[in-house]
Amino acid sequence: MTRRPEGVAPPEIFYNDDEARKYTQNSRIMEIQEEMTNRCIELLEIDDEDGETRLVLDIGCGSGLSGECLDERDAALEREVGGDLVLADMGERASIRAGTFDNAISVSALQWLCNKDKAAHNPIQRLSRFFTSLYAVLNTGGRAVFQFYPADEHQKSLIMAQATRAGFNGGVLIDFPESKKKMKLYLVLTVGSTVSLPEALTEAPVATVSYAKRQTNHQRNKNDLKTRTAPKFSREWILEKKERRRRQGKDVRPDTKYTARKRSDRF
Amino acid sequence: MKLFTHNMLTSKMIKNVKVGYPLKLHAAEVKVTPSEFRSTYVSRMLPKIDWGVLYEATQSIGQAEAIPQSLADDYEKNEDFLRKAHHALFEIEVINGEMICPETGRKFPIKDGIPNMLVNEDEVN
Repeated sequence: MTRRPEGVAPPEIFYNDDEARKYTQNSRIMEIQEEMTNRCIELLEIDDEDGETRLVLDIGCGSGLSGECLDERDAALEREVGGDLVLADMGERASIRAGTFDNAISVSALQWLCNKDKAAHNPIQRLSRFFTSLYAVLNTGGRAVFQFYPADEHQKSLIMAQATRAGFNGGVLIDFPESKKKMKLYLVLTVGSTVSLPEALTEAPVATVSYAKRQTNHQRNKNDLKTRTAPKFSREWILEKKERRRRQGKDVRPDTKYTARKRSDRF
Repeated sequence: MKLFTHNMLTSKMIKNVKVGYPLKLHAAEVKVTPSEFRSTYVSRMLPKIDWGVLYEATQSIGQAEAIPQSLADDYEKNEDFLRKAHHALFEIEVINGEMICPETGRKFPIKDGIPNMLVNEDEVN
């Protein structure tokens, strides 16, 4: 059965004190969340050199782990005047003045909008409200990056479709696509400009299928020679076997010049 | 909640609200926490700020002396002015109180420094 928290209970019930404590005290969760936040910030592709101050909206900040990363980053740049918290529903229209924020990030929150926890919840409507109001809140040229866990392919395309309908450009970037466990999805959206997606991270370079040439008889024989074991009952074969049994800790007669020598016919 | 945040919040998500800005601010408890001043940061944030609204907010929570009524023209170079702006935007915090929608009178409580902007399904469009 599914172990997704989205399938267990609505967020306000699921993220109770115990769950929230996990997020602030479990070092493994912290590490993953921090890693994903840093990747989100990286994907915002903020130019460190231009020295511009940016206002970043952290949606679904929960216990404030990702905010910490934002703060740290700014601390490295030019000490930040810390953020502020507002309690609001992602699925409702944002209560923020238009055009105030330069960037937005969100870690592991977007998929909650697809839940239908109340009778009045309509995932499509909630997604649409979320994206349209976010579109209004961001400046032109602004960029938003969401790390999210879609339940399936359908949910992913639903989210993507609503984002495009709201006017965003962008796409889904998949980090570590080869590993089911490590795979992370990032939705990268921009206002106004079309930007090519940043490169996804992968563990190993994507294996290219090289054209396999038909082997000639000569090559085949050569390959065989390498892999072929000594002929049965030959001296090499026996020595190998004795060695193997010695490794297994069995009682084996020592190797001498008589080993594997044929007995005379007279016997 | 910092006054910087108040400057950005609206109630336009409520049904039939056209502007929903600025929200009236009432404070039961105000705290001033010093934070580090950086002139470049403040001067870059000022274009995003509605100065009139900020001024009104300082008046309504009993911090009347905090900032002058109008935005200085040369604020980028005026450090004294930027320090005052920094104080008003990032150091004055409303811990408990409420914000009121100017059109519907809907109240948004502020508790432990966090404004609650949640609305019921039937209140929105």
